[in-house]
Amino acid sequence: MSTVFIPTTLRRLTGNQSRLSIEGATVGEILTALDRTYPGFAERLFDGNGQVKRFINIFVNDEEIRTLQGLATAVGPNDTISIVPAMAGGA
Amino acid sequence: MSYLTRDQLLARIRAEVPELSPREVHERMKQDPSLTVIDIREREEWLEGHLPGARHISRSFLELQIELVQPDRKAPIVLYCAGGTRSLLAAHNLRELGYENVISMRGGFSGWVNADLPFKVPRFLRDDQRERYARHLILPELGEDGQIRLLDARVLIVGAGGLGSPAALYLAAAGVGTLGIVDYDNVDRTNLQRQILHGESTVGVPKVESAIQRLKDLNPDVEVIGYRQPLTSANAFDILRGYDVVLNGSDNFPTRYLVNDACHLLGIPLVDASIFMFEGQVTVYQPADPARAIEGGPCYRCLYPDPPPPGEVPSCAEAGVLGVLPGIIGSIQAVEAIKLITGIGRPLVGRLLMYDALDQSFRTLNVRRDPACPLCGEHPTITELIDYEQFCGVATLPTPTAAIRMPLPVAAAR
Ligand SMILES: [Zn+2]
Repeated sequence: MSTVFIPTTLRRLTGNQSRLSIEGATVGEILTALDRTYPGFAERLFDGNGQVKRFINIFVNDEEIRTLQGLATAVGPNDTISIVPAMAGGA
Repeated sequence: MSYLTRDQLLARIRAEVPELSPREVHERMKQDPSLTVIDIREREEWLEGHLPGARHISRSFLELQIELVQPDRKAPIVLYCAGGTRSLLAAHNLRELGYENVISMRGGFSGWVNADLPFKVPRFLRDDQRERYARHLILPELGEDGQIRLLDARVLIVGAGGLGSPAALYLAAAGVGTLGIVDYDNVDRTNLQRQILHGESTVGVPKVESAIQRLKDLNPDVEVIGYRQPLTSANAFDILRGYDVVLNGSDNFPTRYLVNDACHLLGIPLVDASIFMFEGQVTVYQPADPARAIEGGPCYRCLYPDPPPPGEVPSCAEAGVLGVLPGIIGSIQAVEAIKLITGIGRPLVGRLLMYDALDQSFRTLNVRRDPACPLCGEHPTITELIDYEQFCGVATLPTPTAAIRMPLPVAAAR
């Protein structure tokens, strides 16, 4: 099971849980499994072509998946996945 | 008994001591940076300004101290005073000590200034500044040099709100010499839960005015410049140019892309942060500067090439924000600004710091420059400021904020 950090902007979908344990061999599998358990995630994360939306970054541990193998990046049981969307608030 | 008049004495010395004009001295200093140039005026005169690279020995101590500065009797020595007379007499005295190659600068320091040559006013802290910044001065990493850098620095803060408030307060307290603040809003009572620059007494007052009042009281050393206008593509370059660091505390995507692009195009490091409910993000976008051996890092567009569609990410006004959260994140921005100014530590370049107040956790993620970035990548397509409202699709969205902005004459350019 990998740990997935859920950003505040998406916690409405997880009943306010900020970290979840999800089973999967790649980032793509884990995010799909996330959407199965908490419907609505896929729509928030992926564009029409199944790519991660351009204002969202997905990290495996400290590294962004575009610098790794994208959604095909392999994930081990001790890895953490962070979903980091753009936020505009400052005032 | 025969005696010399003053003019006879000077004429006799002129016959033996060579004189150079300020321009000639300037040339020789450029050719030979190790040339010994001594300012023999009084200390007060020296402190008001002197030749860059000169040493100071008052005329009355010259013979006693010259050997400490230049023991070699054959080395060339240039002396100058205010007008060129005292240095002539002093050169005569040094010749009696065996110095063979002493030159007097004709016209002295006033001649130098009149010739439009560069001069330097030495920096030192006043007694009250030594007291105010005592806890900085004893930090070996900062010290007097670091404090003077802060006093000479110019930092622009975009937004005098949640993030801008603590950042402005700490930077003013730290003695950042010039603080620019951009904000077109007035203080509202709902701001006071987190915007600690303002208070009950400034509700209804323009935020920049409220900020100037508070910051001037905190530290009169600081010059605060208020820009009571929305930041737009039309005015961003004029406002940002000349600042050493920009700190972003804005509350909307168009301004975030605008500030990012303007900072990158002007080569100014940007300390960026955003907050939402209980969560904050901070990072530093540092443009590459090969001339100063700065490698640089990613920009906002490398991380977030496209903005979210309007409405997809709720704002703090809609979802709320813990009042202390911007206090923490804005203070981290102030730390980063101070590090960039003084060159200490490792700035958050290429690292995104995430803070979760509920979990009480900090995490750092690596962020990299995107070679395909339209702004800072290998083949940039954004080379000037664009229409950011249109880029973010905001113009079509009838949000209350847009309605407030409407009456402002420059709003259309945002
Ligand atoms: Zn970039």
